[in-house]
Amino acid sequence: MYNLNRCKKFETSAYSTVLCTPKQINTVTIIETQHLSKRFGSFQAVDDLSFSIKAGDVYGFLGQNGAGKSTTMRMLLGLIRPDSGKIFIKGSLYTGKEAHLLSYIGAIIERPDMYGYLSGWDNLKIFARLSFRPIPDSRLYEILELVGLRGREQDKVRAYSQGMKQRLGIAIAMVHNPELLILDEPTNGLDPQGIAEMRQLIKTLSADYGKTILVSSHLLYEIEQVATRMIIIHKGKKIVEGSVSELLNPSETLIEINWNNSGEALQQLSASRWSQAIQSADTSRLLLKMHPDEVPQLNRLLVSTGADVLQIRSRHSLEDYFIQLTHDAADPHRAL
Amino acid sequence: MMQLIRIELYKIFRRPRTYISFAIIAAIALLIELAMYADGETFIGFVTQNATEGFTLGGKLINGYLITFIILQMLLVHIPLLVALVAADAVAGEASLGTLRLLLSKPISRSQLILSKYAASIIYSLALLLWLALIGLASSLFLFGPGDLINLKSDTVIILLANDVLWRYCAAFAFAALAMTTVSALALLLSVLADNAIGPIIGTMGIIIVLTIITNLDLPVFNAIKPALLTSHLLAWKGFFSEPVPARAIAHSCLILTAYAGGFTGLAIILFKRKDIQS
Repeated sequence: MYNLNRCKKFETSAYSTVLCTPKQINTVTIIETQHLSKRFGSFQAVDDLSFSIKAGDVYGFLGQNGAGKSTTMRMLLGLIRPDSGKIFIKGSLYTGKEAHLLSYIGAIIERPDMYGYLSGWDNLKIFARLSFRPIPDSRLYEILELVGLRGREQDKVRAYSQGMKQRLGIAIAMVHNPELLILDEPTNGLDPQGIAEMRQLIKTLSADYGKTILVSSHLLYEIEQVATRMIIIHKGKKIVEGSVSELLNPSETLIEINWNNSGEALQQLSASRWSQAIQSADTSRLLLKMHPDEVPQLNRLLVSTGADVLQIRSRHSLEDYFIQLTHDAADPHRAL
Repeated sequence: MMQLIRIELYKIFRRPRTYISFAIIAAIALLIELAMYADGETFIGFVTQNATEGFTLGGKLINGYLITFIILQMLLVHIPLLVALVAADAVAGEASLGTLRLLLSKPISRSQLILSKYAASIIYSLALLLWLALIGLASSLFLFGPGDLINLKSDTVIILLANDVLWRYCAAFAFAALAMTTVSALALLLSVLADNAIGPIIGTMGIIIVLTIITNLDLPVFNAIKPALLTSHLLAWKGFFSEPVPARAIAHSCLILTAYAGGFTGLAIILFKRKDIQS
């Protein structure tokens, strides 16, 4: 792994563009979509989707499987033609024909499939040549080192593990030094250690190499740890977009309480100031939306009512947020 | 563009499967040569028995040119199938491998990609034909030596003198190269339509087999369309072994094959540009 100083050092040398992208945080819009829609037969894959990714973002693209994430990413790369809507790459309209605009982007979409009968090095070399600019071998080695594949590059890709393929995919995506990396479900099929390494790699690419990153996942705690901004989509529609810190408002935390109550305790609770916070309640389980700092006060109240509190658990905020949002969107009778 | 073609060729010639075609050609050619070497007299006696009833054929009938002619007769019908193995795989194979989306997310236009894949398939076909020429012609000449070529047709016997044969082979191989270029274009077109390579490979073979059958069926129904069929022209190289050479007919076939090749390639580009890549 390379540290921050490396890039700073390079910025003044002839190698300034070797792997690093100059920092231009939140001033330049790398990608913008306006009212993007795509239908496959009777299935509305993407529905009036507008969002923008600014330079420096680690942009989390969240949605359940089939929510339209991959279709959207494919449209950004010109693989799929939108039925309507516009895509702008670095301010220029991209209709799928302007191949040169793709040099700003490096991507792995869905599975990291490569030529299995070739070595990792040969694969990397092929895609380096496809970027139509001279890329010295030293730089390819540097990328391999960065993704942690140095020493394994001569093995056939067929023999690579899922994690190695995923990392080779990232190496291939960034071989032409793009400003934006699109990583579609990069932790799919990885073991816990691989997931941790991938998370670290994304952070490194963002912080040390100045890459803008669009990363999709259906596993939200993954995104929560790396993303600065995010969008949640469901059935092709945008549910919410914003900065992760705003969307992770602690007052939206769900507190789950397992208890035994006679009914009297619930009555007292309903009469208290907590009544507004109750999401659901029965004799064994209580769910409240509240700020976690207020848990001790709530607990004191519950104990004073004579209820047996078995467990108090703060549920993963973004995950619940996501489940709740997508659930609400799926059920029109419930308001957001 | 040259860079793209080089990459495509690299991908083709780094795959073990590519060499199966070369092995098949070598195996068949060598088998025929071996058989003729061991038992050629019997074979010649059998196929010339009608002709020798009327007159006597003298000289060394079994020679390199005749063996090559036999090899070509047997193989050139099947080479389209070997060509399809690579050309039909060009786009569909990448789709099923999952590399097509990776390829197209690089700054390459789709028409460039198709054209470079087409060029690479043509170069592969040429390599295959060169290999056939080398194995068929060179090794036959080496084993059996040159001689007069006897070309038996249903009602005539054409004897081509030894010093009048080599140019005919050169011309025949050049024509075959054009024919394979057309077959490649057909395979590539089908390849664009599919997301796995088996369909287009079988599709190309199927179309050629069906059209060949129609071409060979002597039914009035088909006679009207025969002049326009691809397969009516694929084997026009045989004309070079007639005397006189039907130059006009061969030129006509060349034109039709070129038109087909251009049409298939153009259609492939149009369809590929419109295609949503979901593989």
